[in-house]
Amino acid sequence: MEAEVAQLALMGKYIGAGLAAIGLGGAGIGVGNIAGNFLAGALRNPSAAPSQTANLFVGIAFAEALGIFSFLIALLLMFAV
Amino acid sequence: MTDVAETGFAIHPMDQFIVKPIFREIEPGTCVPAEDIYEGCIKWYEITNVTVWMALAVLAIVALMVFGSAGRATIPSRIQSVCEMIYGFIYKMVEDVTGHDGVKYFPYVMTLFLFILFSNLLGLLPMSFTTTSHVAVTVTLALLVFLGVTILGLVKNGIGFLGMFWVSSAPLALRPVLAIIEVISYFVRPVSHSIRLAGNLMAGHAVMKVFAGFASMAVISPVAVGAVTAIYGLELLVAVVQAYVFTILTCVYLKDAVGGAHH
Repeated sequence: MEAEVAQLALMGKYIGAGLAAIGLGGAGIGVGNIAGNFLAGALRNPSAAPSQTANLFVGIAFAEALGIFSFLIALLLMFAV
Repeated sequence: MTDVAETGFAIHPMDQFIVKPIFREIEPGTCVPAEDIYEGCIKWYEITNVTVWMALAVLAIVALMVFGSAGRATIPSRIQSVCEMIYGFIYKMVEDVTGHDGVKYFPYVMTLFLFILFSNLLGLLPMSFTTTSHVAVTVTLALLVFLGVTILGLVKNGIGFLGMFWVSSAPLALRPVLAIIEVISYFVRPVSHSIRLAGNLMAGHAVMKVFAGFASMAVISPVAVGAVTAIYGLELLVAVVQAYVFTILTCVYLKDAVGGAHH
């Protein structure tokens, strides 16, 4: 009985880690959106583009951080729980 | 720690992140926190692979800067132009983002950038140790920035620094709600600041080792070796970009403290 409970807990752990990794997909969409819109804007007005690269990276970093959080949860489930 | 038979990897992808002392081996069973056996554990004064690679990063930075500024020629040598490019790049970033008042904190930002950049790049050497992939290291850096910015803001702007949380451009009814959100996002800053750097590097290095593990399977080994090469190139980009992102976010946070009263 106890072995089965442990197996079930292990299963839950791995399923949870897999579900947590889905969050990274959202971060991918977000980062792609930012980069794509930046490129669209930069092609319309190339002379203004270099001054906005800092904003581009800050935006990418913020969008990516939320995905990294879910990745962290996945890692915690895999290796720490 | 799961063993080879359980996970099916020839190299366990997370083994590269184990902190171990370099002058001795930890004997199995001498460091078991659950059973109150601590004698064999790493002591605070012990030299581990983390300290060695951090020291190497610092030495590399010192070497670059000392040799780079030794000549001080009008027509710069290659090493001198590298130093000048890094210096000018960070200086311009601090000036652009934080404004003229922020320039006096440039040395700290430059130190952060160089330390993170060199730790990231040295971590890419085979058999080396990526110190910035450990949350303990990045949290130290991020907390220093967070505490520094908070103290600086309170000293410079007094109680007016708290006005940052009271969004005066929003309708009055919404302001208390926004204030709560702003306070939460302010305290999440050091978390996201540190986890971003550590998470990116750890994920990249783990992926590299996963593909390195696949290289031991004869059928797919050419594909795996190619994948490792490609990911290595990507990691080189990530190492530089993450150092840049950490630094620019430091500048963004610094701007709140330096110019917090008037914006």
